Amino acid sequence: METWWMVVGIVTCTKLLLFPSYKSTDFDVHRNWLAITHSLPISKWYYEDTSEWTLDYPPFFAWLEYLLSQIAQFFDPEMLKVENVDYRSDATVLFQRLSVVLTDFIYIYAVKEFCTKCIKLQRKDDNNSDIFTSPYLILTSLLICNAGLMIVDHIHFQYNGFLFGLLLLSITRLYEGRNIEGALWFAALLNFKHIYLYVAPAYFVYLLRCYCFKSDGVAAKISWRTFSFTRIIMLGFVVISVFCLSFGPFMLMDQLPQVLSRLFPFKRGLCHAYWAPNFYALYNVVDKAATLFCKKYNLLNISDRGSAMMTGGLVQEFQHTVLPSISPLVTLILTGLSILPAVLHLWVYPKGPKSFLRCLILCGFGSYMFAWHVHEKAILIITIPFSLLVLDKKRDAQLFLILSTVAHYSLFPLIFTKAETVIKICMVLLYTVYSFYSVGNIYRIPWTLTQLPLCSTIETLYLLGIVPLEIYNSIINPGLGLDQRLPFIPLMLTSVYCAIGIMYCWIKFYILTFQEKMPKSHRE
Amino acid sequence: MNNIVYVALVSLYAIFVRWCISLNTYSGAGKKPMFGDYEAQRHWMEISYNLPVHSWYTNSSVNNLLYWGLDYPPLTAYHSWICGFLSQKINPEWVKLNTSRGYERYEHKLFMRYTVLFADVVLFFPVIFLIFKQMKIGETQMIKAAMLTLMYPGLILIDHGHFQYNCISLGLMLFGVLFLSQGRDLLGSIAFCLALNYKQMELYHALPFFCYLLGICFRSQNQNGFFRLIKIGLAVITTFVFCWLPFLSSVESAIQVLHRLFPFARGLYEDKVANVWCTLSLVIKLKNILTTDHIILLCLVSTLVMLLPSSLDLLIRPSIQRFKLALINSSLVFFLFSFQVHEKSILIPAIVVCLQINKEPFWCVWFGVLSTFSMLPLLIKDGLTTAFIGCTLLYIILSLTLYDLVQYTGWKKSLQKLMFSMSILGMAVLTIGSLTVKPPVHLPDLFPVLVSAYSCVHFVIFLFYFHYRQFTLANDRVDEVVLKKKMS
Repeated sequence: METWWMVVGIVTCTKLLLFPSYKSTDFDVHRNWLAITHSLPISKWYYEDTSEWTLDYPPFFAWLEYLLSQIAQFFDPEMLKVENVDYRSDATVLFQRLSVVLTDFIYIYAVKEFCTKCIKLQRKDDNNSDIFTSPYLILTSLLICNAGLMIVDHIHFQYNGFLFGLLLLSITRLYEGRNIEGALWFAALLNFKHIYLYVAPAYFVYLLRCYCFKSDGVAAKISWRTFSFTRIIMLGFVVISVFCLSFGPFMLMDQLPQVLSRLFPFKRGLCHAYWAPNFYALYNVVDKAATLFCKKYNLLNISDRGSAMMTGGLVQEFQHTVLPSISPLVTLILTGLSILPAVLHLWVYPKGPKSFLRCLILCGFGSYMFAWHVHEKAILIITIPFSLLVLDKKRDAQLFLILSTVAHYSLFPLIFTKAETVIKICMVLLYTVYSFYSVGNIYRIPWTLTQLPLCSTIETLYLLGIVPLEIYNSIINPGLGLDQRLPFIPLMLTSVYCAIGIMYCWIKFYILTFQEKMPKSHRE
Repeated sequence: MNNIVYVALVSLYAIFVRWCISLNTYSGAGKKPMFGDYEAQRHWMEISYNLPVHSWYTNSSVNNLLYWGLDYPPLTAYHSWICGFLSQKINPEWVKLNTSRGYERYEHKLFMRYTVLFADVVLFFPVIFLIFKQMKIGETQMIKAAMLTLMYPGLILIDHGHFQYNCISLGLMLFGVLFLSQGRDLLGSIAFCLALNYKQMELYHALPFFCYLLGICFRSQNQNGFFRLIKIGLAVITTFVFCWLPFLSSVESAIQVLHRLFPFARGLYEDKVANVWCTLSLVIKLKNILTTDHIILLCLVSTLVMLLPSSLDLLIRPSIQRFKLALINSSLVFFLFSFQVHEKSILIPAIVVCLQINKEPFWCVWFGVLSTFSMLPLLIKDGLTTAFIGCTLLYIILSLTLYDLVQYTGWKKSLQKLMFSMSILGMAVLTIGSLTVKPPVHLPDLFPVLVSAYSCVHFVIFLFYFHYRQFTLANDRVDEVVLKKKMS
């Protein structure tokens, strides 16, 4: 128990040390939202557009900003003026950074809830207070010290810690069987940040199948007689009232279309400025390669319109030259198709909360792989829930190690400033070495010099390949002066290399999930 | 394999924290016309790279000594020359003679920070791991002690935040300690001479080195001792000659360098220092009663008198453990009583206190926190407040995680807990006060003075305690290893 607090203390102090590091435009975005919610009436929140960083999160988040702004005025009232675009005084930085550190305690609380209530401790492990061997402390550390979260929240600047806290809390409640509470927290989460809609199918199917049917969630066949109308009404009531609380005021003001248009801007491109390492990164590269190939042999008459480089920096719509271009509708269909098997599997073989968690992760994977305009940051929706599987099965743990390493590396382009290079490398290395070592300890696999614990030789080679790749990206490429002429090369290499790894993890995880059809007790 | 993992994790974390601190501003950032220590170091690179060796320390039309003239020994100058050479390769603007004064750019700051990090990782990290390994206290204890020493906030904040290269001189000195505890007198004395030639402040540690080596020589049987002394003497002289070679062409140039190294023209202390004189000035203004010469004499006599007990004890009963305690006592006496002391000089005793961590975690952690706190006014001036708070909290939490700070039993335990919590509370109050309360107009230096006096009282207590430790040390077997090795 004491060690648990020490881990929290050390991580929190580490966050304090990151205060002066690079801040992305998201910092200005959130400061602008503080100003909007503080100085304008609610009716203008979703109309204000002095700054280009308009409010595009759901209402609960706006209310959070409103609450924060009440404290912010004691730090520096200047930051609460809408016209002070890109205002960054010392007090503003201090306040905003502190607000992230403090809201992170929701996350820490959720981690504690999960670790104390949802892990069955084996044998004498209860008294073990070594962060390298005690499963309880290992899971805690893996979650709290998540390098991706550190990079995105405490350097880049966002409030993901708080949001993932709500997600974890909701998952914990489902694990405990407190389904209504779980649904409540998830509904609230959706009204803080709507990106979590991607994992909503898992919630929907799970609650319908395992809560609304009273068949204790393990039966293979659905018996319609067990369907409970009271339960579905309760569930619906809770969820709908949360949404009403959030969107109600805007519906009363007839602003719903405006709010929704802010939340779902479809005018952005297929890929973000830096391609998130998903399916489209591979697709783009194949298209690029095909274009070059065709150009060389004059197979196709290609006009110049499509040859603008995609990773150049601007968010824009992009036409593929050889392969067919992708429209938002296509991405929607692809995402749906990629999630469908997972959801169906959960419906047919519901095996309690664990199968729900797997389905949730698969939903995250599907949307990350195929959705429209995916940010690289969205990988956290996969890696953080995935951490929860580490203690259960060796093969899941193995996938987690590969996935988290690749995922954290894929966040490197997010922090592109030279001064932060040492920090991001140290942080990811620390997390990776720790996770390989401690997870290796759980399954009692010793380190060898040729192979990483739990990984096959090919996987080891793939992971170690990141080292030369990063050396090329950060030393050789600028060293050769290529960063002026071909600035997109490192980004493209990173995103393609990571896309392969993430794709591999996704497919393998699908296979693992489908392999476990029925709980052992039923099979025997 | 396990240990490699632990060493890797500790080193990575230590690098990580250092680099986080280095993102902050440095001393004198953007403060024209003199800037601060960062500009001093850059200026030395400029001077050493552009001018011939013999004019480094002399005033001339191109080397205005009033503007951060070189006042560190030759090794620092050579180090500056290497850095200057690298700067020239990367961007000649950085070290252009005279026109580069006050050069401050993003890339240059990165370069300067990297040079400190490099020196730290290459020199300081290994010696910390080796020195605790040498103590044969078991692998886990070794990792713990090394981790806490590497995370000592004072050194991190001054080197990577304020900007200095203390890790080099302290690292060399620790190499000296390491070699001596391995029984390699010659290497040990060479390492220490190098430290001395990097930064003259290492004189704070010179007496224990001298007394220990002399004592060991006296203790050696037969004629061995005499030859041993001769060999050590030769090693010391050779090292010095090599370091000073370019300046030995004439007596004047050597004198000129010496004159630059020991500027008695400056005041009794700089800013507010937590030493005896500064604290005494709250009651008696020595500056008004005595002339500078008298003050110097007073400092000299009191320092020497205070040095005597621990040094004589070491000379008569030389042993490694006593030597390490004498290092603390000697440097602490220098800090408290000598002339012209900087607040940063507390690092010199602090780093040798860190070596006791596995024996007396409570006293070492207390010293570590307090010594960092004693530099608070400087750190606030440098804009390192958040870094200070983060680092110090981190150090306290780490020490609570790694060690059981409660050493005693019975009433002593309660007393210890009370003292420690009161002391920490006092520091917290003074820190918050310095940051939030505006001092009255007629007392602009209220908080710096309070911080100094508060720290000074602690340092006097520490001085007594470590003397007590040295004198009650069991009269162990005079390091049989060290003696035998030489006889065979």
